[in-house]
Amino acid sequence: MTSQDLHDEGERVAARIERRWLILSIAIVVALAAIAAFAGIHQATMPQTRVETADPSRLHLAGEFVESNLGSAIEPDGSVTVRAIGQQYSFTPACLLVPTDTLVTFRATSADVVHGLIVEGTNINTMLVPGYVSALTVRFERPGDHLMPCQEFCGVGHEGMWAKVKVIDRADFLARAAERRRLTCVD
Amino acid sequence: MLTSKRLILAHFWLAFALFGLALLLGAWQMLIRSPLHAWISDPEWYYRSVTAHGTVMAYVFPTLVAMGFGYAISETTLEQPLIGRRWAWAGFALVLVGAVMAMIPVSLGLASVLYTFYPPLIGNPFYYIGVVLAVIGSWIWVALMSINLRAWKRANPGKPVPLPMFANVAGSYLWAWTAIGAALELLFQIIPVALGLKSTIDAGLARVLFSWTLHAIVYFWLFPTYIAYYTIVPRAIGGKIYSDAMARIAFVLFLVVAMPIGMHHTFADPQVGAGFKFIHSAFTALVALPTFLTVFTICASVEIAGRLRGGRGFFGWIAALPWRNPIMLAAAFSFVMLGFGGAGGLINMSYQLDTTIHNTQWITGHFHLIFGGAIVIMYFAIAYDLWPHLTGRPLASLGLMRAQLWLWFIGMMVTTFPWHWVGILGMPRRMAFFDYTSPALAPEAIYVTLSAAGGVILVLSGILFFAVLLRRQTAPRVEFEAYRFAVAVHPPAAVPAALNGYGLWLALMIGLTVSNYGFPIAQLALRADTSVPAVFVGGRE
Repeated sequence: MTSQDLHDEGERVAARIERRWLILSIAIVVALAAIAAFAGIHQATMPQTRVETADPSRLHLAGEFVESNLGSAIEPDGSVTVRAIGQQYSFTPACLLVPTDTLVTFRATSADVVHGLIVEGTNINTMLVPGYVSALTVRFERPGDHLMPCQEFCGVGHEGMWAKVKVIDRADFLARAAERRRLTCVD
Repeated sequence: MLTSKRLILAHFWLAFALFGLALLLGAWQMLIRSPLHAWISDPEWYYRSVTAHGTVMAYVFPTLVAMGFGYAISETTLEQPLIGRRWAWAGFALVLVGAVMAMIPVSLGLASVLYTFYPPLIGNPFYYIGVVLAVIGSWIWVALMSINLRAWKRANPGKPVPLPMFANVAGSYLWAWTAIGAALELLFQIIPVALGLKSTIDAGLARVLFSWTLHAIVYFWLFPTYIAYYTIVPRAIGGKIYSDAMARIAFVLFLVVAMPIGMHHTFADPQVGAGFKFIHSAFTALVALPTFLTVFTICASVEIAGRLRGGRGFFGWIAALPWRNPIMLAAAFSFVMLGFGGAGGLINMSYQLDTTIHNTQWITGHFHLIFGGAIVIMYFAIAYDLWPHLTGRPLASLGLMRAQLWLWFIGMMVTTFPWHWVGILGMPRRMAFFDYTSPALAPEAIYVTLSAAGGVILVLSGILFFAVLLRRQTAPRVEFEAYRFAVAVHPPAAVPAALNGYGLWLALMIGLTVSNYGFPIAQLALRADTSVPAVFVGGRE
């Protein structure tokens, strides 16, 4: 073998290793997308799917976000819907009350600028964009208290925008719900 | 041949001077929101500082590095004096004027809206106009890169475009196109309201337009770093590029897939439907591909150097590498940070996992590790490599450079790892103050303190960086051989037309942007019922 042959052989080996790596890389990328698609179909935690709107300048006048309709409500199908508003620099209600072992739908919007909410220790995490309604569903397994800060810069008072979520036993929640149309922690 | 040394040096000096100031602001921010500092009675100062830090670090510093490095690449690889040097100075002046114009209202507290703008919050119009001017200045650079390459191609028909220039021009095109999203948001949505011509704004549309810019801009920041991986590191350590063709493929892939993925920043947003969120998530997985290819090619290129230096066996070549060479050290640190940051990025872009960490300190940790860590440490390496050729003075102290790189690496790890962790615990971003006496937040206190200590280490590293550059200013001048970049093991005699130009890739870039962004943008832009009243900051009613 001449050194030219050795050189050519080396080049072929180098190209083959490179090609194998390329195929492996593509396989990894395809697998990632496939796992995401599979989990998307079979698991609950999902980004919001539909786009709904709400006029922030009329929230207090009419529609589902009027003050008397905020808080937790029991739906005919037994699930619970929680409605809340973010505004500079607080959430209304400031403490949300929800039951364990129940499908809970959060519906929230902003009355002024962009806010966000994250319920610490859970996967509840969404943006509140004025003009649009944020909606997501969740199930709490255990009773307990969670902090719910605003997670998006909304002005100089952003640091003070913290609310709470109180998870109570389902039976206790149903007992309280028998007395009031909408529930929050302070009732 | 480097003939525009003053021009290139001006870009680097302005870039690093602004970087130094923004670094101090960053460290101050870390300190005052940690348990080491009591509540600042006026949180507005904190957000003012975050706005300045972000605007400089995201829009001005990397842009100036890319511009200065681009001019150097054009002159040295095409071996022709820069065409349009006066225009280049005009572009530099626009960036400078824009940066100053933006920073004055920010310093006065009239535009504390953060660098991501966040309409319907509206600040002083000069902040936004300043940012637009800086971007226009950088577009002059884009045009000049294209013009210089075209002139060279006319004089050298059929010859392969040198790899560094091929990548450099690809990066400039990516920047030109990705900047358009934020430009549309500023020109058609924010600036008319800031000037008082309109009073309402669609915040959802603004977020979608910003996402057009927000993700691919990261790859624009990354381009000088990748160019350094491929074409500086192998030369500096005595090796060669494993494959010229694969390098070109990696760069054009960035051009194509960096764009149609930005909506993974809006997974938690209510104004985008599930379909486009999922499409963008899947495309984001694709953007890992050019990085996988790069990791392979660079490791293989470095292995060539290790074996040429006498390294034997499976791992022996690693020990044989020139670890005392600052460029080698910087590249290794950069790869470690890119690895951790990239793994975190796969979580962020995941359709489901994102919800666990969206807008928490995890995100801050992630982009500081990728940008501040993996990318910026190679900006230092580029400066160290290029400086002697620009100033005519040799490197003063390799030891000082190694110490600087070590401190930057350690500082970034100490800063960002605790950040990631408190993010998983649910700590939100961008707050001027946390009440660590609350039982729910008390466990986070120690990690925030650690992060703040990392900030101090980074400032020390920054001081050393300036010490290295300034010490060199006083060394005696010597003659260097011409600056050159690494070459491939098998330098291409000819490359396929597709990998010697951009037509196909630009068509794909624009086509995929239109297919992935066209419908959501049109749908939001045509709706009349989603514009909301502006909320002014800085005492304006």
